[in-house]
Parts: sequence; structure tokens; C-alpha cells
Amino acid sequence: MTTADVRLPEKPSPAPSLRRGPSRLRRRENTAAWVLIAPFVLVFLLFLVVPIVYSGYLSLFREQLVGGNTFVGLENYTRALTDPSFLSGVARMAVFLVIQVPVMLGLSLVFALLLDAGVLYLQRFIRLGIFIPYAVPSVIAALMWGYLYGGDFGPFAQLAEKLGAPAPQFLSADWMLFSLMNIVSWEFIGYNMIILYAALRSVPRELFDAAAVDGAGTVRTAWSIKIPAIRPAILLTVIFSVIGSFQLFNEPSILRNIAPNVIGVDYTPNLYAYNLAFINRDSNYAAAIAFILGIVIMIVSYTVQLSAQRKERAAR
Amino acid sequence: MSRTTTTWRRKATGLTAGIAVAALALTACSSGGGGGEATTAAVSQADIDKAMQTPTTLTFWTWVPDIQKEVDLFEKAYPKIKVEVVNVGQGADHYKKMRSALQSGKGAPDVTQIEFQHVQSFALGDNLLDLTPYIPADTKDDYVPWVWQQVLSTDGSKIWSIPQDSGPMGILYRDDMFKAAGVEVPTTWDDFATAAETIHAANPSTYITNMPGNDMGQFTGMMWQIGARPFGWDGDKTVTIDVNSDKAQQLAQYWQDLIQKDLVSTDPDFTDTWYQGLANGKYASWSPAAAWGPVFLQGTAESTSGLWRAAQVPQWESGGDPVSANWGGSSDAVLKSTKNPIAAAQFALWLNHDPSSTLMMANEQFLFPTTNDTLENPEFADQKSEFYGGQEVNKLFAEISTTVPEDFGWLPFMDYAYSAGQETVGKAIADKGDVVGALKAWQDDLVSYAKQQGFTVK
Repeated sequence: MTTADVRLPEKPSPAPSLRRGPSRLRRRENTAAWVLIAPFVLVFLLFLVVPIVYSGYLSLFREQLVGGNTFVGLENYTRALTDPSFLSGVARMAVFLVIQVPVMLGLSLVFALLLDAGVLYLQRFIRLGIFIPYAVPSVIAALMWGYLYGGDFGPFAQLAEKLGAPAPQFLSADWMLFSLMNIVSWEFIGYNMIILYAALRSVPRELFDAAAVDGAGTVRTAWSIKIPAIRPAILLTVIFSVIGSFQLFNEPSILRNIAPNVIGVDYTPNLYAYNLAFINRDSNYAAAIAFILGIVIMIVSYTVQLSAQRKERAAR
Repeated sequence: MSRTTTTWRRKATGLTAGIAVAALALTACSSGGGGGEATTAAVSQADIDKAMQTPTTLTFWTWVPDIQKEVDLFEKAYPKIKVEVVNVGQGADHYKKMRSALQSGKGAPDVTQIEFQHVQSFALGDNLLDLTPYIPADTKDDYVPWVWQQVLSTDGSKIWSIPQDSGPMGILYRDDMFKAAGVEVPTTWDDFATAAETIHAANPSTYITNMPGNDMGQFTGMMWQIGARPFGWDGDKTVTIDVNSDKAQQLAQYWQDLIQKDLVSTDPDFTDTWYQGLANGKYASWSPAAAWGPVFLQGTAESTSGLWRAAQVPQWESGGDPVSANWGGSSDAVLKSTKNPIAAAQFALWLNHDPSSTLMMANEQFLFPTTNDTLENPEFADQKSEFYGGQEVNKLFAEISTTVPEDFGWLPFMDYAYSAGQETVGKAIADKGDVVGALKAWQDDLVSYAKQQGFTVK
């Protein structure tokens, strides 16, 4: 408790202490802090900062199969901004974002509120049941859904056949994006629900009692007290989802095996960057694509955050 | 084992004779000052013997299942050499890992499997060891000529790898379904189109075959057969791209007609849907299939055993000598970065040349042979297959193998060429659209890629 003693000086004497610099104790604390965060900083530099800087460096070059490596400045970036493959991928993910994220988070919020209100039977079981898909690796999830979607032998197709209806073409060009939305929602509803539910649990209970005294019902309490109270948590899930949408890779990459002509090499920007690097052997351009994608994600996330803050200010 | 040693001796004598010639050639060369090219003098038998007696560990990347069995045979013949077999993934995954290892300059194997169409793309980065000095000069006489062509450098002066397996094309069909529809086995593609109509009319839920939109290997094989020569490379900076030739258009038109008349299905191949289609009689044939197909099908459509037959691939012109083509097939190459070139080269050769090993590959892993010796070996050729109603399928495909034209070349970037083909031609097939028009898109795509990569396009 020495720290407490030090921080309790009744007579403030800032001038001399400034002149003397930080006390020995303070210095020792700083050293300890640096030692403690060193492992993190090291890993952060090694596995995040260095690769980012390196790929930024790579993106300024063009290495040809014949002809060697040349510095091309921002040429890869200008190429990307006029590349229909990249732009259509980004546009597709924007559609994905606008439809899938609200649906998924809406459902997460509803489930979280229902659980918090305690109106469900078998609370724990349901909570676990909704969360479990998140524990399934996305590769396995995509494989499983790929089977469920199967046009000849999947359960939906068999059910349709029993009913005498044509089999739903989940893997056709028209349906594919929605089929993917469904998979991603299935995976992440539970995850987002847990975040929101945890936030709800930390809302002071007195507020609910006060609301009840004022005559608010369950729905009214949820709408006017609970949702505003967990706004930061909702914003968090929105931003996570925005980032996740633009980075969509595993699910389309797996479904590509069963629908190779529907999901092309450029279906999502990430898939495109991957194929550029490994099929086209153009890692420089792939690095530029990855950078631009990162910037797009930052812009969209920031816009979301900004508009949410503005709304909050307006509400006050 | 005795056979093994005799062959080796035969080769060894051939080799010493070769050394004398090569040595002369080398002296002639060296007086000229040399242009910094690596020496191509044959390695002496003494050096080979020494290398094979020195304890060495080789790493071998391959995705052939159970190849450890053949490797065991090798290790028995050369107890000092240990071979570590590593499976880093099949096809595309394998090449990705190869490229990463080569680029980083670390972790690359000594010997690696490479499919025929990708040999040149690894030759491009100067990654492969020219095997010419390491193997007997007459080795090529032991292989099917068109197969040997596939492992040479584009000017024919270097040997990049040793052929392991091949895939001459034929067709596999359901005898019962053909008979039920009253259809003879088509010998020309015209007959095939007529038969397609009859079979679909007899039962609207069946198709004579399936034309996948995701298999550019098969499509390229068909271009090979019809006489299109879409790809070429001069070994340096010039590539030939001609996927939109008249022959290629004829091929595309043919399948486009069948597809648009709903006479063939367009399911992607090697997917569950396709396996089901083969097993449940949705497809009355697999046309064209390759020589590795018969055994593959046996595992996929077990319940239809005895109902299948194999036949020559239909011809574009009736009357002439039959022409087939190749789909698939691979080889084993030695990487330039190896520290043990002699042992690695001897291993690649032995594995794919010694009769005990090649016969085992043919009969146990069902890799379609590339050596004349194994193709003619009664233990392989005379096998009667129950699945094919007692037909001697191996013998048939061995005959077909002699009808594959030799002059088919590749681009040094076939992974991109296939990927772009699938995005254009493949998509048109799957969408039942304009396959002929898609050839032009493929052509344009390849030309612009080649230019971007610094090639001159002829």
C-alpha cells in the first residue's frame, strides 16, 4: 500500500518534484510496466506491425514472372480502383452488410432481451443452444451448410421432393449471397447475443424497479431503458460485424468447392486477394488490394461510429 | 529384386558409354570459353555409386496415397538412402506450399511431384534440376514417347522430371443403359450427339454424360484431341496463346449445342452431386474420362459394378487413325536447391523406372503407367476387371496411350490459365450460355495477364 501513501500528499509541492523528475518509486513502476507489457509489444510488433509495413512496402512494387521486380509507386492502387473484379466484390459485400448485419444483430438483441427478461423456459439450455454455433469452426459450418443446401440430396431438396415442389436452388447465382448470409448469421447470432446479454446484466437493476413503479411493462422497459443503456455494446457488435462482413472468406471459399462456377475467384475482396497471391502469383497487387480493403473497412466503421455518436448527442 | 539389379546394370552400362560422349562434348565446349551455363556433363558411375553408398536423407513431397510402399522398395535397394515422404496437400495446395518454400529459399523438398501441365511453370523460375547428366542417355526409350515429351524443356534439351503416371483419354459408359436405349457405343462425336438425344429421350432424367464447368483439365484434354494447340512457350519470354482457334471454337460449339439442347448435364465434377450422378445413373457415361478413371469410378459407383464398360474416345473424323489425348498425369522432379542432386535424381528415376516400383504403382495405387515395360507387363495389361464386366480395361487404355499426339505444349502459368478458363468458358458451360464467345474472353484474359507478367505474346 505504499502507492496509496505516496498519492496522499496533503501538502502539494509540485515545483520541487518536477525539478527532480519522477521519483525513484515512479521510475521503478514505469520499468515494471514496460517489462510487463514487453511480451505483448514484441508480439504486436512482430506479428502485426512488421507484416503490415512489409506488405505496404510490397504493394509499391511489381514483380513479374519474367522481367523482375520494379518500383511502381501507387500503380497497384490506381489499378485496384478501376478493377471491376475488386469493385464488384466490395459492392457485393456492401449488399451483404446492409442486409445481413441488421438481421443478425436484430435477432441477437431480441434473444438477449428475452433471456434478460427471464420470460423463457429452459433459460440456460436456450442460451447455450444459441451460442453453440459460434463454437463450431467456420470451415466446418460451411461444409455442413453446403451439405444442407445440396440440390440433389440435401434435406431441403428431399423435403421439397416429398411435397412435390421443385428443390430450392440455394447454391445458384441468385440465392448464393443469401445462403451465405444465413450461414454467417447462424454462426454469429449467439456470439453477439452473449455480448449484449452480458451488457444487459450490468445495467443497474434499480432502473427497472423505478420503471416498474412508473408503470412500464416489459416491452417498454426494454425499449426505453435497456436498449439505450447498452448502446455502447450494440455499437461494438455493429463494428465487429462490419469488419467481419468485408473480410468474408472461409464460407465462400468452402462453398466454392461445390458451386465453383457461382462463386468466382473475385466473389469477395478477400477471396480475390488470396487468389491474386496464389493463383495469379501477383502478391504485390494482392497486398495493395488488402490495404485498400483495410481502408474501406476503417472508413465504414468510423462512419458507423460517428453517426451513432451524433445520434446519441441528438438524443440528449 | 533380381529384375531390379539387371535393369540397373543395363542402365549403368548405357550410362558409362554416355559419359565418354558427354566428356568429349564438354572438352569441346570448355575450349570455347563457355557462357556461364551449368555443366551438362554426365555424372560418372563412380560418383553415383559413391553417392548411393553415402548415408543421405531425402525429402519427397507427393500426394500419391501409400507411396511409402514403393519408397520402401527403394530403401531396400539402397539402404544408405532414407526418403522422408511428406504429403503437403493435393494439387493446388501442394503447389502453393512449393512456391512458398521456393520463394523463401527454405524448407523445399529434394524431390517433388509435379503434374505435366505445371512442369514448365516451375522450370520458369529456374527451380528444377536438369536431370540429363544424372540419368542414362537412353532412358527416354523406356517411356511412352508423348509422355516423355511432357517432361522435357520446351526446346527439348533438358529433362525436368521423370514421368510417374499419365491419363490417356477414353470413355467409360453404362452398358446396360446404352443397351436399354438401343444405342451403339459411339465411335465419332457425331454419333455421340445422336446417342445423346436417344438416351435423353428414352429417359428424360438421364444424360449421356456430364460436362462440368470447373474442369479445365478435361476441357484442355479435349482441345488436345481435336487438334487445337492453345498453349506454348519458348522457354524464355515469349508465349503462344491460342485458345480461340477454329478447332477450339468447333469444340466449344459442339458442347454448347448439346448443353443448350439439354442433352448433357453441367454439374461440377468431383463434387457430391457428381458422385451421386455417376452412382445413380443420372449420367450414362463419363465422356471423356482418363485412364485413371476406371479405378476411381469403381470406388465411386460401387453399386453399379459389372454394368460399366470402357471404350476408345469418340473421334472427330471417321475413318482415320484414332486420336486420343491426355488428361492428368504427373511426374517427379528434383529441385535445384537440393544438396544431394545425385541421390535425389537416382531416387526420382528409380521410383518411376524400376519395374518392381512402377508395376506396384500401377496395380496398387492405380497410377496409369508411363513405362513401356509396365504397360506391356501381363501382370498389368491382362487384368480382367469385374467392375467392367470382365473387360481388359488396362490393355485398352494402353492401346489408347499410343494414339496420343506428342506435340502439346503448356504455358508457364497454367494455374492462372485454368482459373481464368473456369471463370469464362467454365461459367458459360455452367450457365448454359455462350461457350464459343467465352473462348474469346478467355483468350483476352490470358493475353492481358501474360503481358502484365512481362511476356511477349505471339
